[in-house]
Amino acid sequence: MQSPPITPGGDPNLTGDRMPESLPELRSPRRIRRARRRRAHTTIWKEYRKSKMGMAGLLILVFFVAVAIFAVFSSKDGLDPTKVFGPRLAPPSLKYPLGTDNFGVSVLTQVIQGSKISLLVGLVASVMTITIGALIGIVAGYRGGAYDTLLMRFTDFGLVVPWLALAIILASIIGPSLVTIILVIGLTSWPSTARLVRSQVLSVRERPYVERARALGGGNWHMIGHHVLPNVMPVILANAVLVVAIAILSETALSFLGLGDPFSFSWGGVIESAFNGHATTLGAWWWIAPPGICIVLVVLSFTMIGFALDEIINPRLRER
Amino acid sequence: MSVLSLKDVHITYHTASGGVPAVRGVNLEVAKGEVLGLAGESGCGKSTIAAAILRLLPGTTKVEGSITLDGEDVLAMKPGRLRAVRWTGASIVFQGAMHALNPVQRVGDQIGEAITVHNQAGEREARVRVGALLEQVGLPTRRAMDFPHELSGGQKQRVMIAMALACNPSLVIADEPTTALDVMVQAQVLRLMKELQRDLGLSMVFITHDLSVLVETSDRLAIMYAGKVVEEGSAATVFHDPKHPYTAALAAAFPEIGDRRFRGNPTGLGGDPPDPQEIPSGCPFHPRCSVAFADCERTVPELYPAGEGRRAACLLVEGAKTVATGVSE
Repeated sequence: MQSPPITPGGDPNLTGDRMPESLPELRSPRRIRRARRRRAHTTIWKEYRKSKMGMAGLLILVFFVAVAIFAVFSSKDGLDPTKVFGPRLAPPSLKYPLGTDNFGVSVLTQVIQGSKISLLVGLVASVMTITIGALIGIVAGYRGGAYDTLLMRFTDFGLVVPWLALAIILASIIGPSLVTIILVIGLTSWPSTARLVRSQVLSVRERPYVERARALGGGNWHMIGHHVLPNVMPVILANAVLVVAIAILSETALSFLGLGDPFSFSWGGVIESAFNGHATTLGAWWWIAPPGICIVLVVLSFTMIGFALDEIINPRLRER
Repeated sequence: MSVLSLKDVHITYHTASGGVPAVRGVNLEVAKGEVLGLAGESGCGKSTIAAAILRLLPGTTKVEGSITLDGEDVLAMKPGRLRAVRWTGASIVFQGAMHALNPVQRVGDQIGEAITVHNQAGEREARVRVGALLEQVGLPTRRAMDFPHELSGGQKQRVMIAMALACNPSLVIADEPTTALDVMVQAQVLRLMKELQRDLGLSMVFITHDLSVLVETSDRLAIMYAGKVVEEGSAATVFHDPKHPYTAALAAAFPEIGDRRFRGNPTGLGGDPPDPQEIPSGCPFHPRCSVAFADCERTVPELYPAGEGRRAACLLVEGAKTVATGVSE
């Protein structure tokens, strides 16, 4: 970002691979671009590492992603109640670190398998939410006029319809499955994103550099791609992280209500079976607490990463 | 052939309280390599004209008359052609450079944007050209990697000038390029623009309210008041020997340091510019004019000849008397 580092007689690392050989290297444009990109990425990482909150969030997330990857490759035999002969409702022990449920299935295995589904649903549903919301928000805000009115009334409609009721109806129409849950979350949670993006677009649209880009001869695509989108991106990203959190919570809620895929375990599903199995009245805290704690931790990690990222991506927030 | 020619241009803004006539019948010509200075108070229509040349006004604005850029009618252009002409035919140095730069992009990319939008060069050639442009406006090439917030106000304005030159336009419109700068930086930027204009033989429209700036930078001056040109002529004569009382008041607003006439004798112009929706009858300037007489309230003055290559819209100009008597006979 700054001028090339000139260290008078100093750092042997820099003088070794950058200074003398850099001249012939500069001839290839692809190499220049690659080097520049690498430098940009290392700068972002350097900035990110300074944020304690961001690092803590990342650590938690990396842990759960690792667990989810482990879940993909580990055997699922331990989850079938007909093939399990462990003690029922056993408190945590060495063999069952998080105890067992009313069928004798290890809660730890359930939580590990649940991480996979919860993360997958959270990510895919939020990508969907953000895409729909950003698209509608940008078109409404940038085009204005009739487009704006029409799209925003549609958005208002989406906002006032109680999402849980809509989600339950949609889920029962399409039938309970993983895809249903993702679709339902994606189709019901975009309106707030759309509103947020639109308000930011409205403010960006009127800024002098957008007028300058128009004077430059830029078309609508150019203006949206080069000026509007990059300037609403911090808002979208900050929102995306919240949406992941909300999507994971929504998935939990829908699974808890029995609208999830009956053949796959998610954290919400584990809580549902714990609830149906009267875990609270039986005092089986090891059954109901771990999935809940996992949800809280993952949601928290996304929020913390979101804050840290926002600070880096938005140069105006960055301290110099 | 002139680079820019405006013929009887009327521009009316659309507002909730009806049309607001911002420009009311303006004729202007800019010859190749010439600098036309456009001066007047806030709200007299200078910036509206600048925006109209590239058709940047809001869609509801009514523009009548003809605006010709390089012999092509701007108002009749199709959207695609218009986009191609923007910046290659005429470019603008915007007022307030701090806001005309995108805060989240490197300045080099923003200058390059002008080049790549018009497919004038690939990414790599564009970068080379950006470096050359930055050197031309007196900034080191490595500044291309900076974000706008890393530059000072004067440096940002230099970036804007480099951007305006990026596509070798036949006309550069400088819309109050020095407004937000302090006096020292203002002088540097003006000197730079003057040098560039001379070296590159640029045709320019220089818009400002600061008449003293225009005397140094322009060949010809056009003074605007309430949406009309009230006086035009060569820069030095208009400033030092104004024919219209409004020009005289504008010129007197910038005292010359060391000149005894200005010592202890500040002059200014009382009153406010007229509301474009309620322009006074007759000469729009008569309520504020110190030499107004009865006729001024009734007769709308046209641009009468007022000496060599000069015209002024005042009934007191010699040309007005001959024209008036010519009409009555």
